[in-house]
Amino acid sequence: MELLIALLIGILFSAGTYMILSRRLLRIIFGTSLLSNGTLLFLMTSGKLQRGESPILGKLSTTYTDPLPQAMILTAIVISFATTAFCLVLAYRTYQEIGSDDVDELLGKEHDDDH
Amino acid sequence: MTTNLPLLPVLIPMISGILLLFCRKNVIAQRFFSFISCSLMLFVTVFLLFKIHADGIMVFCAGGWSPPFGIVFVADLFSCIVLCLSALLFFTGLLFSFETIGEEREKHDFYVLWQFLMMGINGTFLTGDLFNLFVFFEIMLLSSYALLVHGASKAQLRETFKYLLINIISSTVFLIALGVLYAMLGTMNMADAAQKASTIENQGFFTVIAMLLLTVFGIKAAMFPLYFWLPKVHTVATASVSSIFSGLVIKVGAYAMIRTFTLIFIGDTAHTHLILIVLAILSIFLGVFGAVSQMNYKSILAYHSISQIGYIILGLGLFSVSSLTGSIYFLFHHGVVKGCLFLTAGVTEKITGTKDLKKMGGLLASYPALGWTFFIVAMSLAGVPPLSGFFAKYMIAFSAVQQENYWALGCAIGAGILTLFSMIKLFLYVFWGKAPREYIPAEGFQYGRALIPCFILASVSLLLGIFAQPIFSLCNEAAEQLMAPQAYIDIVLNTIGGR
Repeated sequence: MELLIALLIGILFSAGTYMILSRRLLRIIFGTSLLSNGTLLFLMTSGKLQRGESPILGKLSTTYTDPLPQAMILTAIVISFATTAFCLVLAYRTYQEIGSDDVDELLGKEHDDDH
Repeated sequence: MTTNLPLLPVLIPMISGILLLFCRKNVIAQRFFSFISCSLMLFVTVFLLFKIHADGIMVFCAGGWSPPFGIVFVADLFSCIVLCLSALLFFTGLLFSFETIGEEREKHDFYVLWQFLMMGINGTFLTGDLFNLFVFFEIMLLSSYALLVHGASKAQLRETFKYLLINIISSTVFLIALGVLYAMLGTMNMADAAQKASTIENQGFFTVIAMLLLTVFGIKAAMFPLYFWLPKVHTVATASVSSIFSGLVIKVGAYAMIRTFTLIFIGDTAHTHLILIVLAILSIFLGVFGAVSQMNYKSILAYHSISQIGYIILGLGLFSVSSLTGSIYFLFHHGVVKGCLFLTAGVTEKITGTKDLKKMGGLLASYPALGWTFFIVAMSLAGVPPLSGFFAKYMIAFSAVQQENYWALGCAIGAGILTLFSMIKLFLYVFWGKAPREYIPAEGFQYGRALIPCFILASVSLLLGIFAQPIFSLCNEAAEQLMAPQAYIDIVLNTIGGR
């Protein structure tokens, strides 16, 4: 099980890195969400994978799933959601400003005083 | 004993930020509430500093859960000192924003973001939990992205996108490091992690986590080789935002580095702290070389931030009570001085309409107060006695001699000369000589009022130099707390939560 998840994390990371290296803003944003999803899976495995157990330690249960990584993932999901939303707004605004989502179009003089 | 006091510096900006959302288009109310919040923060942080100096470390357990299970906020002397810096810079930056950012941007939630940025930064200084550190980092970053792009010119969009991307990647690395740390230690509480760190067998693997976190904090602190985003970000940011970026946002990285590398990652100091020293020296040198090569007012200041961060990390790398005293004093001094320099850069830009040094000159004749304020603060940055920069550098050089690390000593002093050179270059190009043309200040710009925050910061820098002795003894106590982490661990872990 851990091996499968590790492979999945590897695929997500490599696909995310590939996307980030492209020139389109939208692809870069998709790449970052793939990266953050890979990280979330990584966090989940850090608490040891356990199947079919609830994350509650009761009197009857002998084993349980570690609840802390789940709580951390939940927080991290919210944060990556907010960041991705901001990214999309920024990309849309950039598209409005320059009429293209190609990063090359964003190039300009390094220190232009255009604002 | 758990107490609610350490929560105040996070709570005040949060509540006022939410309040401000209800009066978005009313500029007077926005200014009024943010002014109240920032001045309240000044009082609270100074009170907290005195309180903690008298009573020792304070712990707040969220929800009544005792550590290591719940989230804790810990206020020790070091975090109180940086909190005071944060309150001061947000206060002066706010006064400066009143005069410079313009009504259009005030109506677009500038002050709301200002409050949330303050909340995020204060949170990172107070939290005693590594995952919570990540959460406060993200709060800080989200507001800083929005403040950076505020105005939405093409250059701002470009630089914000780069800044955003590099920080998303650094957050990914941060989460991975936390995952590995949790898998090894089974805890996120800093004090608990520090206690368990000495018991693990595989110290080599633990150093890997230290290096991952060093990368993350290095990106935030703009340390070599991860500083490339900083100068460009500064050239597009507004002056008041720049003063916060250079005065505080990069200090957050340095703070987190000092905190983790004095508390948790102290098992293998021969390796980790040597790496810190090498990286610090490289940052010091590449920062000043970058500054020497620039002709843009704000890039010069930004490159100097990189080299000054190097000094702070050098103090951490030397790892003794006296060097950490130097680091803490340096952190405070640099925040004040660099905040002031960026504000003067903002005033200059409003007057001349440019950041290019070649298009300025002769400002001293018509704006003497601005010129001499800049001169005092610039000399302080370069380390001329009796200003604060001299004592900061002296302390770090002194501890390098104590440890017979003459390489570090030579580099620290050599870079100081180059700093002096580029500060004099700025003064000559901007203020000295004859004005090449008639300057027409931006419309509605109140020169006198915009200078007030610069005066405040410059006088704080002067006072830091004049009263160096009592301030040094305070920093020394903070450094002793940092170098004796067992006391911190005991106080945190023995706190009993409850209602």
